[in-house]
Amino acid sequence: MKVPSLRDNAIAAALVLCAGFALVFFYAPLDADQGFIQKIFYLHVPLAMCSLAGFVVGGIFGIAHLRTGKSIYDVRSYVSIHLSVIFGVGVLVTGSIWAKASWGKWWVWDEPTLVSFLIVFLLYATYYPLRYAIEDRDRQGRYASVFAITAGAFVPLNFVAVRMAQSLVHPRVFATANGGLPGSMLLTFLVCLAGMALLWIALVRFELAAKAASASLSRLRRAIEGEEYAPPSGSRIAPRLPTSATSPS
Amino acid sequence: MPALPLDEAGKYVAAAYVVFLTLVLVYVAIMAAKVARIQRELSELADLAEKERHPEANPRGADAGAQGNA
Repeated sequence: MKVPSLRDNAIAAALVLCAGFALVFFYAPLDADQGFIQKIFYLHVPLAMCSLAGFVVGGIFGIAHLRTGKSIYDVRSYVSIHLSVIFGVGVLVTGSIWAKASWGKWWVWDEPTLVSFLIVFLLYATYYPLRYAIEDRDRQGRYASVFAITAGAFVPLNFVAVRMAQSLVHPRVFATANGGLPGSMLLTFLVCLAGMALLWIALVRFELAAKAASASLSRLRRAIEGEEYAPPSGSRIAPRLPTSATSPS
Repeated sequence: MPALPLDEAGKYVAAAYVVFLTLVLVYVAIMAAKVARIQRELSELADLAEKERHPEANPRGADAGAQGNA
């Protein structure tokens, strides 16, 4: 199967997201209970789902890295987690805005859904200091992969645990119980989810492409200037692609 | 808590979507800056390689190359 180019991926993400947002404001009906404020969920929930799925994807790449020893998988794991943490920031901020509008508070501590996502987010926030506390590149990659696998396995467990918890306050807007969503709302939500997933994939590929270009540049510079060349130290905290890798497929 | 009126809720909804757009734009801007740096370094290397292949075109090729790497 032919993989679409990054450009096509980015265009598709922009188009689907725009279509989704247009559906949110011009097609999806107002929620009978929450009113207009419920429109935030078409953004907040896809962000959260992509963020959590991205953490799991990071764990899967971590498994591939430990199995094969190829550093390309370590880089993919790193980039997946990196993007998911950024999406996680979006989840926390948009969720807080919704909470303020709906509950009158920016945050509540007795709500399992909120606190569990914060725990997952903070868990992954420790990924960076763990990674960069280790200087040896191979050991850094191995430890980061072990972390990605362990934390990635924690994500679905955490999700199931929260769904089983009996919450009185956090709405299950997209639940299937009690009839679930009306068709127009479900369609809007699915389009937004597809757009967000495409955006996540496009941004991951964008960052991988930048890393591949940076690795090729370093290889070229070494070839031209000889082995005495040392890469700038300030921009090398993220894992580098192997010098043989040029394409972030 | 009853649903907020449209004019009140609109501010919050707009804020949430603006936060999302800002987040994406900031990320893309940072990545674009990195790509621009890579392009700049690449063009410096291309100049350097060109001067090493044709040193007669620039008698001060070595000096210029050293300056380009500074």
